[in-house]
Amino acid sequence: MATVEIDAKRTLTGRPPWMERPSRFGRGGKILGIVLISVVVVYPFLAVVATSLSSESDIAASGGLVILPSHPTFDAYRYVFSGGIVSRALWISFAVTVAGTALSMAATIGMAYGLSRRGVVGGRFFLATALFTMLFTPGVIPMFLTVQKLGLYNTLASLVVPSLVSAFNLVVLRSFFMNLPAELLDAARIDGLGDWRTLTRVVLPLSKAVLAVVALFYAVSYWNAFFNALLYLNDTSKWPLALVLRGLVIGGEATSAANEGVVPQQAVQMAVVVVSVVPIAAVYPFLQRYFTKGVLTGAVKG
Amino acid sequence: MTDIRAADHPVPRAAPDQAAARRIGVRSRRTTRRGRRTGTAARPSLTLWQRIKRDKVMLALMLPGFLYFAVFSYAPLFGYLAAFEDYQPYTGFLHSTWLGLQNFTDLLADDAFWTALTNTFVISLIQLVLFFPAPIGLALLLNSVASAKIRKFVQSVVYLPHFIGWVVIVSIFQEVLGPTGAVQHMMSSVGLPRFDFMSNPGFFPWLVAIQAIWKDCGWGTIIFLAALLSIDPGLYEAAAVDGAGRRRRFRSVTLPGIMPVVILLLILRLGTILSVGFEQILLQRDTVGAKAGEVLDTYVYYHGVATQQWGTAAAAGLIKAVVGLVLVLGANKVAHRFGQEGIYSRGDR
Repeated sequence: MATVEIDAKRTLTGRPPWMERPSRFGRGGKILGIVLISVVVVYPFLAVVATSLSSESDIAASGGLVILPSHPTFDAYRYVFSGGIVSRALWISFAVTVAGTALSMAATIGMAYGLSRRGVVGGRFFLATALFTMLFTPGVIPMFLTVQKLGLYNTLASLVVPSLVSAFNLVVLRSFFMNLPAELLDAARIDGLGDWRTLTRVVLPLSKAVLAVVALFYAVSYWNAFFNALLYLNDTSKWPLALVLRGLVIGGEATSAANEGVVPQQAVQMAVVVVSVVPIAAVYPFLQRYFTKGVLTGAVKG
Repeated sequence: MTDIRAADHPVPRAAPDQAAARRIGVRSRRTTRRGRRTGTAARPSLTLWQRIKRDKVMLALMLPGFLYFAVFSYAPLFGYLAAFEDYQPYTGFLHSTWLGLQNFTDLLADDAFWTALTNTFVISLIQLVLFFPAPIGLALLLNSVASAKIRKFVQSVVYLPHFIGWVVIVSIFQEVLGPTGAVQHMMSSVGLPRFDFMSNPGFFPWLVAIQAIWKDCGWGTIIFLAALLSIDPGLYEAAAVDGAGRRRRFRSVTLPGIMPVVILLLILRLGTILSVGFEQILLQRDTVGAKAGEVLDTYVYYHGVATQQWGTAAAAGLIKAVVGLVLVLGANKVAHRFGQEGIYSRGDR
């Protein structure tokens, strides 16, 4: 009796009637696989959070591997936000991400909109200019020399300007704009809207989802970027968070707190990791359902 | 895309329909017939200047993006002149000594360059064998999960690492695989000897592949899942009715359904074989040493920016860029031959 009920339910949840029931072995393997994959992805995050909350005694007692800190403490976070080099880096990363995303979006939207309409004078030339850049990257040395020549070296602008527009994001936006119903744009024109007001009143409001995804792509790349900073900044006081983290964890630089023996070095490192991940994890759930659309629009190049 | 202009515009881009055409007069109806949409040239009566004036808003909107590409994608190409010079930043391109191909012969005589090239190929090959098939397998697994709830949950979990930067990823790996990490604890508890995953040079190419899989395997499933979803369920049903079992359906319906995407992505991957996770490897090069951790990109960076040998570094960069461009173009040609679009398609659709 009970088996019948469960079976009926399972068919309802998606297995088509013609499909055979999975063998016990296959089902077991599948469940094991999925659980294993989830653990492999999730466990490192948990380990990082646990370590960041540990006190010196926790770390010493467990030989470095903390699963559940017995004396959880926010000391590491208190230190991170207390105004030292990490706090400053956090502000810089935050400012660069916000300003960079805004500027990138403005430039990308403008160009994608212009390229999405047929018959604009020079449109084909502009399109070819943008698409051709997908075939080559200028390379480290020429980029460095260009940034130097433009006087951007060792300025925060060098974190934004050299990576202002991504051709990939441009293509994603352009194909989305091209697929908007032509009737709406006609209607806007008949009602006397110019190019600018068509963009702000018709095109952009209809594209909120894809704009959100592209903005996320830009924001994430600004937030995570460390190579531009490594290449173009020689003043450590301008370093963004990713570069400071690199020094702390990979370069093994000691924090001043660790030198004073207040907060364990490992906890501070992992607290910075957490601080680097939290902003991404915070916006992620809201945008997740648009990913497929964003990626696939980009895959169908136009 | 059609377009009716207010009175201040001389001629519309194209007239949409009868009613609209009536509004702006007969002239525009002729434009419809000869509209630029059909590919014919602009109306002779509309000069370039008039068109520029008509499209001034559009042009202004496109200008920042265009300037960006001109300054940061095209202008830097002149920087490759340094490959033929004894380039010194303060003398500049015009006044540095011209060396001809000297930098290139120096480069080919440099053992470190060959080490970097070999490492690049080894890492690329291992990535191709391990990292390329991983998302296909995961997509097949996800696709076979009947419950939509579980599928969505696992998807949101495995997509997340894609958005995390390499600095954080390497830090996390250090925490888990490093000397005090969980994996070492597990290994010593079952009596295995200690193994330093993070700094063992021989293990480095594998480490790079494992990290890449952890970060991007989930994200890579998106395209394969879409391919799997686009297979007509009727095919499965018909095959099942005809007596095809689970395996037979996989072989005769699923595989042919995703093969075009797999082949396309494989070809495109081969086109970028000289690029192996620059940031990822740069971050760990010092831990494993240059012998194992130097790839073409890091060679260029260390010889150019770090040790100021601009000429040789630019030469190495130029070789990489040219070979890379040839490979990408070749890959696209092959993709087109397979009837696929590749990363660019011919002409404006």
